[in-house]
Amino acid sequence: MKIGVFICHCGNNISATVDVEQVAQHALTLPGVVCAHTIPHACSEPGQQLIKKNIQEKGLNRIVIGACSPRVHEATFKRVLAQAGLNPYLLEFANLREQCSWVHEDRQLATGKAIDLIDMAVNKAARLEPLTSSKVDVNKRTLVIGGGIAGIQAALDIADSGHEVALVEKTPTIGGNMARMDKVFPTLDCSACILTPKMVEVASHPNVTLYTYSEVEQVSGFVGNFKVKIRKKARLVDMEKCTGCGSCTLKCPVKAPSEFNMGLDNRGAIYIPFPQAVPHIPVIDKTVCSYILKKKCGLCQKICPTGAIAFEQQDELTEEEFGAIIVATGYELMDWTVYGEYGYGKYKDVITSMQYERILSSSGPTGGHIKRLSDGREPEVVAIIACVGSRDAARGRPYCSSVCCMYSAKYAMLTREHLPNAQVYIFYMDIRACSKMYEEFVQRAQEKYGANYVRGRVSKIFERNGRMVLQGADTLLGQSVELEADLVVLAVGITGTQSTIELAKKLNISHDEYGFLTENHPKLRPVESSTAGIFIAGACQSPKDIPLSVAQASSAASKVLGLISHDKLETSPLVAEVTILKCVGCFRCLSVCPFSAIEEQVLRDGTKVAQVNPALCQGCGLCSATCPPAAIALRGFTDDQLISQMESLCQLNPEL
Amino acid sequence: MTKLGYFPGCSLEGSASEYDQSSRYVCKQLDIELVELPDWSCCGAHAAHHTQHKLACALSARNLSIATKQGVDSVVAPCPACYSGLKSAQNQLANNPGLTEKLKSELDLDCNAKGEVFSLVELLSHIEPETLKAQVKVDLGGLKVAAYYGCLLVRPPKLVQFDDPENPTSIDNLLSAAGVQMLPWDYKVQCCGAVLGISNPDIQLKLSGDILKMAQLAGAQAVAVACPLCHANLDLRQEQINKYCKSNFNLPIIYFTQLMGLAFGASPKGLGIDKHMVNVGPLLSKVGIR
Ligand SMILES: Cc1cc2nc3c(=O)[nH]c(=O)nc-3n(C[C@H](O)[C@H](O)[C@H](O)COP(=O)(O)OP(=O)(O)OC[C@H]3O[C@@H](n4cnc5c(N)ncnc54)[C@H](O)[C@@H]3O)c2cc1C
Repeated sequence: MKIGVFICHCGNNISATVDVEQVAQHALTLPGVVCAHTIPHACSEPGQQLIKKNIQEKGLNRIVIGACSPRVHEATFKRVLAQAGLNPYLLEFANLREQCSWVHEDRQLATGKAIDLIDMAVNKAARLEPLTSSKVDVNKRTLVIGGGIAGIQAALDIADSGHEVALVEKTPTIGGNMARMDKVFPTLDCSACILTPKMVEVASHPNVTLYTYSEVEQVSGFVGNFKVKIRKKARLVDMEKCTGCGSCTLKCPVKAPSEFNMGLDNRGAIYIPFPQAVPHIPVIDKTVCSYILKKKCGLCQKICPTGAIAFEQQDELTEEEFGAIIVATGYELMDWTVYGEYGYGKYKDVITSMQYERILSSSGPTGGHIKRLSDGREPEVVAIIACVGSRDAARGRPYCSSVCCMYSAKYAMLTREHLPNAQVYIFYMDIRACSKMYEEFVQRAQEKYGANYVRGRVSKIFERNGRMVLQGADTLLGQSVELEADLVVLAVGITGTQSTIELAKKLNISHDEYGFLTENHPKLRPVESSTAGIFIAGACQSPKDIPLSVAQASSAASKVLGLISHDKLETSPLVAEVTILKCVGCFRCLSVCPFSAIEEQVLRDGTKVAQVNPALCQGCGLCSATCPPAAIALRGFTDDQLISQMESLCQLNPEL
Repeated sequence: MTKLGYFPGCSLEGSASEYDQSSRYVCKQLDIELVELPDWSCCGAHAAHHTQHKLACALSARNLSIATKQGVDSVVAPCPACYSGLKSAQNQLANNPGLTEKLKSELDLDCNAKGEVFSLVELLSHIEPETLKAQVKVDLGGLKVAAYYGCLLVRPPKLVQFDDPENPTSIDNLLSAAGVQMLPWDYKVQCCGAVLGISNPDIQLKLSGDILKMAQLAGAQAVAVACPLCHANLDLRQEQINKYCKSNFNLPIIYFTQLMGLAFGASPKGLGIDKHMVNVGPLLSKVGIR
């Protein structure tokens, strides 16, 4: 056994608190250790060279690195071992930074702890075995979930590079929230003009299979080989026969609030969400259709010229295989009705930002005319309240929604373009406009469009003589203010969705308390989820605008292309392994395995024992901890190896 | 019969004795037995919690411990300030065992914070509207009233956990059941100026004036209140408001319990209605009550 120990200063991240020289000196006294070095930056080029040189010159066959968290650099040093001709699994990491120098202040105690950690690592290293990974085929198809701008962009990028994509969208049309918008900051270009062509392109792309009105039901498998069940909900309209003429939608006598128009007007029970919907095919809302509920009506069926109405249609389940998955399920507005003081629901002239988007849109319920919902009058004063549900810890929303400052400025401009004589007031806390051309945009709203910015919160809205009265504070003047307005727009904050949380459970990826998906590393792995082969893009990761959503989508697509450019993937050898002779066939392991990686194996004499499918096993170790006769071992973390670490720790601290 | 500890507080013994009279009357009619806490002490009002957190808590804890000794679990306080003090003390006792121990050892108080603390509005809101309606003997349908809740009755929401903190309806529901026409309006929880009436009357007169203006705009003939301080600011000072705001309000300010009492058939005098500064008589004669 020839063990080499390398202790990293990490600049002074470690050496400021830990006496690295003393740790190295101590390591030299341990059995099997033939050399111990300290290195200013072990991960740097000279650092790596030093390790390689020692392996080759001194014939080292086990390596211990005392540095940062293995999450940061384990892969780097495995590569160093491999380059020096050593099996990469003969490496043991001691985390002297996150678990020692960063969390302690006393140099002497921290050095003592670092010595303990190195002792444990050396003891375990002496018991490491070379491991080899196996290879699995990579399926080249990609699943994109969510058909907003992020999902569409990701699907197009992958499809354009010649690979197959399936795009699954929950609602009857793709387009997401961007489709609701009239004009978009910072350039005020028409949202439909830039989005609709992409919607059409993705739907007609030969490499894209589009599943609208569909949801992911179940996911199994692993990177390179996911198996996904997709539920195609019954539209009750035959998509082959329908020509999208829309006569059925005009005749339907039922009225239900339009989701697309944020409840500002009604749609029929059979409807096409909006004129540019893709696919341009109606859907029947089973919860309100008279024919479905009472077997009465059936008018749509009578007038359909192609006989496309299919009341008998059932949901369909298909199973498909994919090598990679991109989640782009977007956002929704937080529940603004918790702000009782703003009187939403009580006053028709208090509306949400997304409703204002629809009012501004020429294809919206008012044909693009700004009108009050109460009496149809054009407003003379429009007030916008920012941060409704953002940066408000008291209402459980401590974060910034990142787009409201910008769209509030957008509303000031668009309002003045529609109604040049109207006055616009924006109540704000701070103005956050930090991307390219954003500050200039807000300046333009103030200088060219005369938006009145009032710094302060509104505490109450009520009605007086048919107008809305806003009471609040102007914190720059240090005065309370009262403003009479005709229309109030609440700039409601953004939240992750329940639907994303449910999907995250099926995909086994993590999310935060607001329903936003968690990236693998906030700086270095921003579009990778916590599970290999699953990527995230757009506003489902955090509140963001269109430019960032698109950038993230392209980034996720390039990650996918990187993955599927391989024909085969190496699987991790750090998986569980059953010693058949010890297994008693109790199958407790089977019931605890979260990845369904344990199977029953029948031996020739008929006895049943457990068996691990190494392709599915993620190496969590639950089975090994559960197994009563200790018949399952997790490679790289065997009982023998872990106990050796405990032993070295207990020896050093007799009191323990 | 429901039995509860009754904490009248200082106002109900003095300037708001009519609130006390009418509260006791209404509870009796509704089969609620009020056991006045013997030897109750001041709730601490604004002075205590501005001076010392522990003092404020100890004062209310003492009153709660009297209730425990009397064998009544729950306590009702008609005055929102008393209610707020008691409720917050009870909340702290329930969530801070260290504090309970401290009070026990230092002041020899035995407060088990098991019972609940109710405002009178909350307590009466538990009664079925049908039961209330069954008590009604006099038709007050001709009265148009705006219910004014003030700041402490339904706030802070996390502590109180009763009614909507922005648009409360509990008093409206009680008085509707008693047959009064309740008006929707927007100043139900706006500040009346509270104790600024003493230290900074200009602010209080403006704020109280705004409330009266909104009530009048809503078409109210009277304002129903549940707080002695709101009552003083709106009734006692109505003339000063008129001078300050150059207005000529003549709006009776009536405790909600007085209106319920009238509906239940009590005489105006028995409910202390003659004690208000703004004469309620002409309005009552409109609906045939003398
Ligand atoms: C009022 C308002 C105005 C805005 N104005 C602008 C602007 O002017 N300029 C700008 O740059 N940004 C603007 N934004 C931000 C912009 O809306 C977002 O950046 C953008 O829509 C994010 O796109 P996305 O694809 O990530 O999410 P989304 O647009 O939310 O799309 C997500 C899609 O996924 C689908 N989906 C959800 N769950 C599932 C599931 N489980 N299975 C399948 N599909 C699912 C949804 O139905 C939806 O189609 C604004 C935001 C708001 C709230």
